[in-house]
Amino acid sequence: MTLLFTNARLINPEAGTDQMGALLVKNGRITEVLSEGAQPEQLFRARNIEPASASVVDCGGKCLAPGLIDIGVKICEPGERHKESYKSAGLAAAAGGVTTIVTRPDTTPAIDSPETLEFVTRRAQADAPVNVLPMAALTKGREGREMTEIGFLLDAGAVAFTDCDHVVTNTKVFSRALTYAKSCGALVIAHPQEPGLSAGAAATSGKFAALRGLPSVSPMAERMGLDRDIALLEMTGAKYHADQITTARALPALERAKNNGLDITAGTSIHHLTLNELDVADYRTFFKVKPPLRSEEDRLAVVEAVRTGLIDIISSMHTPQDEESKRLPFEEAAAGAVALETLLPAALRLYHAELLDLPTLFRAMTYNPAQRLGLASGRIAAGAPADLVLFDPDAPFVMDRFKLHSKSQNTPFDTQRMQGKVLATYVSGEPVFRRD
Amino acid sequence: MSFDHRHLLGIETLKPHEITAILDLADSYVELNRRPEKHSDALAGLTQINMFFENSTRTQASFEIAGKRLGADVMNMAMQASSIKKGETLIDTAMTLNAMHPDLLVVRHPHSGAVDLLSQKVNCAVLNAGDGRHEHPTQALLDALTIRRAKGRLHRLNIAICGDIAHSRVARSNLILLGKMENRIRLIGPPTLVPGQFAEFGAEIYDDMREGLKDVDVVMMLRLQKERMDGGFIPSEREYYHRFGLDAEKLAQAKPDAIVMHPGPMNRGVEIDGTIADDINRSVIQEQVEMGVAVRMAAMDLLAQNLRKSRMEATG
Repeated sequence: MTLLFTNARLINPEAGTDQMGALLVKNGRITEVLSEGAQPEQLFRARNIEPASASVVDCGGKCLAPGLIDIGVKICEPGERHKESYKSAGLAAAAGGVTTIVTRPDTTPAIDSPETLEFVTRRAQADAPVNVLPMAALTKGREGREMTEIGFLLDAGAVAFTDCDHVVTNTKVFSRALTYAKSCGALVIAHPQEPGLSAGAAATSGKFAALRGLPSVSPMAERMGLDRDIALLEMTGAKYHADQITTARALPALERAKNNGLDITAGTSIHHLTLNELDVADYRTFFKVKPPLRSEEDRLAVVEAVRTGLIDIISSMHTPQDEESKRLPFEEAAAGAVALETLLPAALRLYHAELLDLPTLFRAMTYNPAQRLGLASGRIAAGAPADLVLFDPDAPFVMDRFKLHSKSQNTPFDTQRMQGKVLATYVSGEPVFRRD
Repeated sequence: MSFDHRHLLGIETLKPHEITAILDLADSYVELNRRPEKHSDALAGLTQINMFFENSTRTQASFEIAGKRLGADVMNMAMQASSIKKGETLIDTAMTLNAMHPDLLVVRHPHSGAVDLLSQKVNCAVLNAGDGRHEHPTQALLDALTIRRAKGRLHRLNIAICGDIAHSRVARSNLILLGKMENRIRLIGPPTLVPGQFAEFGAEIYDDMREGLKDVDVVMMLRLQKERMDGGFIPSEREYYHRFGLDAEKLAQAKPDAIVMHPGPMNRGVEIDGTIADDINRSVIQEQVEMGVAVRMAAMDLLAQNLRKSRMEATG
């Protein structure tokens, strides 16, 4: 099976290029990246390809990029399948141009044993049209007391270990888990936050939180959590990723740790890159995320850190919540937002605002996460899996949350004007989504 | 129309002339309330429901008397004891009540923004009687009326708000209202209870009470809300009283004719000395209670006028 994408604006995050070209795909893998000019007939003849066995996709000058790799997606199986299932999340991912979802273990119960991991892997394989890579909990029940069976879980397919938004407060437990994970070569993903300071907070300290009378947390809590984790990395030498860096104050510490040669990377969420605390306005609970939205200064500092590469990875932090969990007073409402389908158009806001170019955006959403997880995808290069997204970066639309494929529709972008539509998504060369 | 709102959810959305309109009408209700026959028919035929999700004696009584004097049918619901204990959500409670066709809903809730949320789900006028640490608009209005009557004006005054600002909706609403009316506001208290971000509202912040009270016209004391404390905001009550309790010696720093206010209920010997609270030359605490009824009558009267007008427009 041969597939030729012609007339494509190729976004190559690895090379940092954005130029016209063509892509030849055979048996689910990219076999050749061509500069523009080759006629399909000539090319097939030159490569000894039977034209009848090949199909040609004329991209019409639209963007063709590696499919997004999204670390930190919550799928509510087991426990709360009414909020999101592998099937619904898989459809949402495909419609959003996400070809690999890396799932969180903060389910009920937590994914903390090889048996649970095998269950979700089976569910994912049966139901999801995109690649699903599971993460497992770092400690049993995400309770921060005993480490999970990291070795067995790795064997069962866990790609990283995380207690998600639960911080392992006991430094002895955390340092041992880091040491053990290092010996297995496992990646640990942590939530940098000083939980004593952030307990009960629904907003970031500042004028807005004071005006709205919301319990708030200083942005310093993030830096304190990161500083602690960096010290533990110096102790243990473990492989570490900070799930969300969202404040300016945490960035110098991150930079120092990287310069000192620690095995550390950092992510941020699409919401912290594109929204700020003022968007909460009159207690709009769809804007309640964890950590809470920050000031505009913090947002711009984090965007700049993505530009320079200090922050490596952009995630959706897809967190489905049903209407009942959100139709509550702000303090009582659940945190989190769905974002698989809005990740790309939201990220394109940064492109349209001329803050980031497309290769930089895609580096943070494809190449970097793939490299961190040791995946062959996330590249426009011969040999890479043909996980691709074809999109029109300029197509405007008004977001209607009820058209999302997720079972939960808690997106903060509802009714907002956005730009950027996914036209088609391919996983291993197979189309998993096509816009009619 | 000088007051063009469907609900009274906070001071933040009011314009200075709307604040003045409420206070002017309230002045006339003060006169009514002082007559032997204190009755008006402004709310005749309307149903007022007081929903208090948080304990309150004074505010609830004040709203109840205000409604009854204006001829409304008033019902009190102690929500703490009822359906929320059975797991009903705030919105379901609102929908249930809405089906009983109330005209005025007076709501107090322990969470900031909860009254706002509820107001979106009902088709009557909603009055915020205090939501979390967000706003308590009628308290700020009654304080403003008290100041205006005592000082003859509501602008260019030096006003000190003292105590637990962080947890106080009264402080927020007052800060906003008095700022809109162009007064100089000082916030006085230990930094654990007066976070620095309040400086961004244009207030001056003091952690020394003597310094902060210098030459002020109005001293507003706040209740030290023990029930809101997670613990550890202040070392002890007695140290708090020593440093931030209002006594004669600290009050001597203020202008000789400065008035002393307190939203009640007071903790005598914690934030205020009993003799100052009882000093009829300085304390206007009893007047505040009196103004409370008048201000609530005025607010409900104006909202009811708007409600009737919008219903007329809807039907005809």
